[in-house]
Amino acid sequence: MLPAIPREQQLGILRKMLMIRRAEEHCIRFHAEHEGLIRGHFHVYIGQEATGVAVCESLNADDYVFTTHRNHGHVIAKGGDPKKVLAEIIGRATGYCQGRAGTFHVAAPDVGIIHTSAIVGGCLALAAGTAYAAQVKESTALTVVFFGDGAMEEGVFYEALNIAKLWQLPMIFWMENNYRRTGRGAGHAATELTNVPKALQIETTVIDGIDVGTVHKTAVESVQRTRAGEGPLFVEARTQLWPGNAFAMPKLVGGITDIAWAWNASAAPENVREWHKNCDPILQYIRELEGAGVGRAEIEQLDAHVCQEADDAARFALASPLPEPQAALHYAFAGQGH
Amino acid sequence: MPQHMTYGEALIAALDEVMEHDQRVVLFNPSFIGMATGQDKLAALRKKYAKRIKFPPIAELGFCGIATGAAMAGLRPVVDLSTATFSYEAMPQIVNEAAIAYANSGGQTTVPVVFYVKFGIRGGGGVQHSGSPQSWYWNTPGLQVVMPSTPADAKGLMRTVLLTSADPTIFFSHDRLVDERGAVPDGAYEIPLGKADIKREGHDLTIIATSIQVPRALAAAAILAKEGVSAEVIDPRTLQPLDTPALLASVKKTGRVLITDESHDNCGVAAGLAAIIADEGFASLRAPIKRVSIPPVPVPYAVPLEDFVTPLAERIVEMARVLLR
Repeated sequence: MLPAIPREQQLGILRKMLMIRRAEEHCIRFHAEHEGLIRGHFHVYIGQEATGVAVCESLNADDYVFTTHRNHGHVIAKGGDPKKVLAEIIGRATGYCQGRAGTFHVAAPDVGIIHTSAIVGGCLALAAGTAYAAQVKESTALTVVFFGDGAMEEGVFYEALNIAKLWQLPMIFWMENNYRRTGRGAGHAATELTNVPKALQIETTVIDGIDVGTVHKTAVESVQRTRAGEGPLFVEARTQLWPGNAFAMPKLVGGITDIAWAWNASAAPENVREWHKNCDPILQYIRELEGAGVGRAEIEQLDAHVCQEADDAARFALASPLPEPQAALHYAFAGQGH
Repeated sequence: MPQHMTYGEALIAALDEVMEHDQRVVLFNPSFIGMATGQDKLAALRKKYAKRIKFPPIAELGFCGIATGAAMAGLRPVVDLSTATFSYEAMPQIVNEAAIAYANSGGQTTVPVVFYVKFGIRGGGGVQHSGSPQSWYWNTPGLQVVMPSTPADAKGLMRTVLLTSADPTIFFSHDRLVDERGAVPDGAYEIPLGKADIKREGHDLTIIATSIQVPRALAAAAILAKEGVSAEVIDPRTLQPLDTPALLASVKKTGRVLITDESHDNCGVAAGLAAIIADEGFASLRAPIKRVSIPPVPVPYAVPLEDFVTPLAERIVEMARVLLR
């Protein structure tokens, strides 16, 4: 369903979702076309865009968001600059973290993503920390921490949720279940993952993570309740793994997404056809927008603009300088005397 | 007129003075002094700042992460982990989040959190409550390692860390120092990080000593003095940042150096300091560098076993005699 917001804002959500898709397609092409440009393996957010974008749409600029190894989408969703994201992914001096973080740890403090951990449960307790700080400072800022189902297998998950509930911290634990972990064998003894937070008296909601309207509605309600002191809350947003993601190194197994597939699913390559038809949040959202009267030409034009901007971002990243070698020694410490 | 107080009381005084003016300082699990003298002062601190004090569940990983996140968001939390070995439960958050955030973000995110631990061979702590992880944390770029030996240093360094530090800090108090008394200057004062202090001047031999090893080294120096040996005792006070020039200057003066720290021999603090002196002060040396620390075994329980591995003053004296031979 469509989110209950003005049309311009609805299109803004599409724009951001497309920007994430297009930027990450460049990311995958960086890897496929340039040996060694991305150092080591990497992860993408393709297929989960509805969640990150619709959640961040319901947040304020000064709210904190924590993300994971799958961070590119969240950074762009929270308002991050795709140029600086792509530049960071390939370790350029112009990247968000001047090439220190790489694909796994993109942090964008200017949009409220102050630190990114690639340890699957690494940010859960840190997020409780920013929520605790807001409580102490009597600020209205809340914290949303995105994590995957795999993070629930780590001990810190239990400790962070337990303390968050004991202290009634203003935060939302937003679990994005992309079933990648499940596909590699059972990782959790709980039959329903939400049973774990429920045992700690944390209210949970399970939603369809590819439906923009559902995610947005859940996010707006959760944010409102958390700001009113009813937190912490726990949401599980379910998505289906994008076929290109079924590798340690993502691949564009069906080429780049053609939004024409929204209207003609059979035009998509066979190996990705079912996924784009049933599980692609962007194509589903496009169909819903069209159903509500947004013209196909307008949608195609919007995509063309986004593609242009993503191409520019990729060119910017590729043309950006690598950091000076001696910069390796900078920033070990903030203080004097070192 | 300096006051006499215990190391633990000096720490509590520092916290009280700073917290009165800085609302950003919050405390997790403030015990600081264990069962030592000063319980009334600790109780008063807890009462005065109750709103800024949390007693989290037994979840070191969770609450060290929360303190780290809170520091990223502008608070200045002091986490009392109590026994240093409990910090092992929190290593992923201390080492792999707090320590790396400033570098990872290219200098954008600061993490002014303090992890306070009581470390070392406390007497009967056995294999799990006698830990000395200062070399592990010193080997973690991004962490400041502070290990004062006197009440005056403890207060001045704690004030510095609370007032001016922008980096995560591990603050080491040796369990056996917390109840030790000493003169503490009146009023507010700070001791800069990375500034060593000569605790006793001498010219035949330099003893570099940290924390509990400082009083042990001073006791050894007194014994050596009766044998006609003039030992200089220098306390780096902080390992990170480290006052390398002061250590090298002392070695240059004496030509002989013994390093003593209550961590294990292998890759311990003494080993790390020895490497620096070998690299940068070799020309000053008239004898091999010697170390007095803990042999590479888990610290045992029974008195004779524990005493055997503890780097006591007698072992420092014996090693000094070897060095001067």
